[in-house]
Formats: sequence, structure tokens, C-alpha cells
Amino acid sequence: MSEAAASSRYSVADRAPRTLADFLLRWETILVALLVATVSVNSLLTPYFLDVDNLLDATFNFSEKAMIALGMALLIITRDIDLSVASIVALVSLAMGLAAQSGADTGVLLVVALVAGAACGAVNGALVTGLALPSIVVTIGTMSLFRGIAQVVLGDQALTKYPEGLLSIGQGYIGANVPYSFVTFLVLALVIGFVLHKTPLGRRIFAIGANPEASRFSGIPAARIRFALFVLSGVLSGLAAWFLTGRIGSTRPNIAQGWELEAVTMVILGGVSIAGGSGTIPGVVLAVFVLGLTTFGMSLMNVPGIVISVLLGLLLITVLAAPILARRWINAWR
Amino acid sequence: MTYRREILLALIILALVVGVGLRAPAFVTPSSLLDVLTDTSCLFMLALAEMAVLLTRGIDLSLAANLALTGMVVALLNHAAPGVPMAAIVVLAIVFGAALGLINALLIAGLDIPPIVVTLGTLAVYRGMIFVIAHGAWMTSKDMSPAFLALPKAEFLGLSSLIWIAALVSIAAWGFLNHTSAGRALYAVGGNPLAARYCGIDLARQQLRVYTLGGAVAGLCGYLWVSRFGIAYSDIALGYELTVIAACVIGGVSIAGGVGSVPGALLGALFLGVIVNALPVINVSPFWQMAISGAVILAAVIVNSRSERQHGKLILPEARRKAASVSGGVQS
Repeated sequence: MSEAAASSRYSVADRAPRTLADFLLRWETILVALLVATVSVNSLLTPYFLDVDNLLDATFNFSEKAMIALGMALLIITRDIDLSVASIVALVSLAMGLAAQSGADTGVLLVVALVAGAACGAVNGALVTGLALPSIVVTIGTMSLFRGIAQVVLGDQALTKYPEGLLSIGQGYIGANVPYSFVTFLVLALVIGFVLHKTPLGRRIFAIGANPEASRFSGIPAARIRFALFVLSGVLSGLAAWFLTGRIGSTRPNIAQGWELEAVTMVILGGVSIAGGSGTIPGVVLAVFVLGLTTFGMSLMNVPGIVISVLLGLLLITVLAAPILARRWINAWR
Repeated sequence: MTYRREILLALIILALVVGVGLRAPAFVTPSSLLDVLTDTSCLFMLALAEMAVLLTRGIDLSLAANLALTGMVVALLNHAAPGVPMAAIVVLAIVFGAALGLINALLIAGLDIPPIVVTLGTLAVYRGMIFVIAHGAWMTSKDMSPAFLALPKAEFLGLSSLIWIAALVSIAAWGFLNHTSAGRALYAVGGNPLAARYCGIDLARQQLRVYTLGGAVAGLCGYLWVSRFGIAYSDIALGYELTVIAACVIGGVSIAGGVGSVPGALLGALFLGVIVNALPVINVSPFWQMAISGAVILAAVIVNSRSERQHGKLILPEARRKAASVSGGVQS
């Protein structure tokens, strides 16, 4: 360190050189290892796992949730959270069902889904940024409110009259065997990943999460960006509802129940810090595959869904605890 | 300490009860009102447990799963060994619930993983374990001994045992939070973690205490829930963790930590309890319940934030004028 720097009131040390341990403990490295482990264990246990058609079909089960997780990741990076996403899916599906009854076709239904989702997201965003309320409480409230409205309108009925076009989007393939929903998820991940990691807007999103006050003082329109992210989360939930409604061909009040926690799990396992300010879209995508393929492999072996959820819960905790313990041991050993 | 918000909430609840009573006089008979209290007793206790956690800036999403798992464990024990005395069952429920809470506590305090993440994980694990230990079976009242089912139905001085237990837990919580240094420390770490640290209050120790105690309360409620409704399976109290948090929010407990009172949490729970019980009485479809509680949560959080907002003193007249013209300003 030069004399001037040493005598200066503030000195900023150079970043310590990257060690092998740093690389090995990088979140994405851990996730890739986990993904390799998932694939190898599953393909050893059952011969039906490593089959392109089967694997692509398995994406039906997580692509819609994964779209929602992309929006959730951005919100969590800015220190917000949206627990109402699954309820937005229910409300949007209801809006689609009512529109379909009055003869809307697949394209109109997409518009209905996106607009209704955006409206729900705008309600969340306005309450959180306009009234400066904590997002977790607001979205617990709107979670009850949105699904509650769906429940009031539907009661114990179900809407099942949907156009053929919607069903063939929800259940259909591009080319021979690639589901529409999976392709949509990948495209969205690319776009959102590019915006987050390669554009000024992305840097601003990180800045808001890393230090909200500093971001405000440096002229970032934090409230406007956070509002927009809530709307985006609503739009992505609406899009997920469009695919999901087409896939299952019906709307019930309990549609997508519990998805908010699954989406949050994808995001956290993907290495996004719940404290905000850090995380990557590739990490979230890797986590989506780890969770999706683990679930698929176990369901091939007839493991009941609720037992799978135990293992996914353990996976979440272990993956978070392991690097912390490893760092402690490495530091103690040095 | 003033209880302005609590008094307001109590008046709102009173108005609600009177309003329902005008349309359905049967609702305001003493026995019907006591039924409301009995129905709400688990929510009272869980809201207090959740409040203690929220005070430390934490959150426990696993309380309802803990309740359901502990309930299944004691139901299975009772089925396998009907001779085990009730006192032992109750103690076991409390200890088992506390152990589940301790797992959360160790992960949160020991490894410094955010509470919302830990309890999200254990929520899934605890709920799934119900299915695993019972092999997917349901335990119904046929599988439980008469003594096991009798406790929640017992009455003392005209009040159900559930009300008595909830009252005892409430008094204990009130004494703990207001009159012990350990209780005050929870407010301290939530109100200002740094200042608390300088005062020698260890956050990790408070977390260990509060998640374990919360687990113990959830365990107790687990036995009460299963024995009262005479059923245990993997979906009991599904999603109830959010109802519990809603009760706290309505009762003025701040999700940002450091703010909340025992009467507030109890009134928040009572409010939800009255709504749930009143809807069928005034012939409103139960499908309305969810939408109404959502609207109430939003209203409560808006009202609370209005009264909580602390205005900094603006010294310069210019700044004061600006503040008057632009309401809002820098997001906090």
C-alpha cells in the first residue's frame, strides 16, 4: 500500500485473491454439482429418467411455477416479496373462465390474463410503494383477498368451458416434444437475466436491494422500479395462469394453492439472498431444474408428493446450511 | 404505555358483535359468545407465540405444521398405548413441540440463516413427516381413548378448559414479556438490534428462547386441536400460519419488530374468531371468509402504519413547506 493511501483517512483494501475454496463454495457451482448428483442418482435408480421425451414432459410440472419464480427473484433482490402470486393465478384463471364463457378465444384470453395479472400486481405495488407498507404483510393480505374473491364468485363450482386452442397451448408441444410453457420459461429467463445482469436497470435493481437509501440518494427512482416489479410479478403470474388453465382445462378456487412458497423456495435455493441485493438468474434457473428433476425422479419411483416435499424442505435447509458450516470449518482449520 | 390502538380494536370488535347481534340475537347469548372464545383459543395462543417471534424481527411459518405434526405424534402414541396418562401426553406435546421449535432456533441462531427461509423449509418437512410417521393414515376419534378426547370438552366454572388454558398462556405471556428482563430483551433486539447488542443482549440467545417457546405453544395447541376435533392427518391447520400472522398484524404487532402487545395480539385473534363465527350466523356464505379477512388485514396494516409513522422534526421553514406540498417523500 502506498504512503498516500495509508495516510488517507479512508483506505480500501484490494479484494483478496480468489481462492479455490471461493470458487468451490460459489452458489452456482454448488447448484451444478447438485444438478449432476440429481441426474446421476435418478438415472441409476430408474431407467425411465434419462429419456428426452420423459424429461421434456416433466417440465410441464414446473415451467409455470418457474415463470412466477423469475418475477419473485427480482422482488426479493429489491428486498420485497410477493406472497400473493398463487392467489393472482386463481383470480386470473377466474377472469379467463368468465371471459371464455362469453366466447373469448385463446388470444383474447391471453390479453385478459396479462391485464388481470398486471392489475393485481399494481394493487400490491401501489400499497407497498404508495403507502410505504411492508410487502410481506401487504401480500399476505392480498393473498387472502384475491383467492377470497375467486372463492366468492366460484363457490364450490368449477369453470371448465375453455376453447380448444387454449388447451392445446397448455398441453401442447412446439415441434415434436418441447412444451410451449417450457420454451416460454426459457425465453423469459434469458430476457430477464439479460436485463438484470447486463443493463443499467439491472444494476439499479441490485442497488435498491443492497442499500435502499443510498439508491434513492443516487437518483434511482426506487419506488417506481419496485412498483414496476410488482406489476411484472403480476403479469408473470397471469401468464402462468394462462398456461396452467390451458393445461388442466378448469378453474377451481384452490388452483395453484401453495405455489407462493414453492416459488420462494426456487428463488432462495437459487442463491438469491432474502436480505436483498444479491442473486443471479442462472442460479434461479439451476434451482428450478434441481427441484423439478428431483420431483420428477421421485415421482417416477412412486414416492408420494408429500414425502417429496419433505425431501425438498431438507434440501433447501441443507443447501443453505452446508456452505456456512463449510466456511466455518475452513476458517477454523486455517 | 398507552393502549389506544387496543381500545379502538376492542370497540370495533364490540360494534361487530352488536351489529351481528341485531340481525341474529342468538349470536350474543353468553353460551354462543363463549363458543367463539373456545373456537378461537388455539389462535389466541399461537398469535402470542408468533408475536414473540415477530418482536425479534423474525417470523415463524412452521407453527401450524408443528401443531399438526405434534398432534399426530400424540394421537399415534395414544392409539398405541391408551393407558398413558393425560398429564404425560400434554407434557409430551409441549416437549415435542419445543424440540421442533428448537430445530428452527438452532438453524436460525446457530447458523444465521434468515428465519423466513428456515421456517419455510421446516414447514414442508414437519408437514410431510406427518404423512411419513402415520404412513398416510388418518387418526380419527375412534382411534383415540375417551380420556384423550375428554380434556378439551371438560368445563370448569362454566368455561371450557380451552378457554382456561388460553387464559393461563396469555397471563404467562403477559408476565414474561412485560415483567421479565428476558421478555424485555425481545423488544430490545427488535426495536434496535445494535443498541441491544451494546447493552449486552445477545440476539442468538433471544432467538433460541423465542422459537423454542413458540414451538412449545404450538405443540400444546397440537394436542388440543387433535383432541377437540377428534382427527389427525397431514392437512389439519393447513395454511393456518398465515391466519396467525394475520391476527398479529390486525392486533398491531409490527412485522418489522419491536412493536406489539399481548392484548393487541389477543384482540387481533378475537377479531378473526368473531368474523369466522359470525358469518354463518348472519347467512353469509363461508366462501366470503377468506376475502373478508384479506380486506381486514390490508385495512389493519394501513391503519397501523398511519399511527406508527414517526415524523422527523423539520427545522427549516423551507423544508416544512416542501414536506407539506409533497406528502410521502423518500421511501423509508
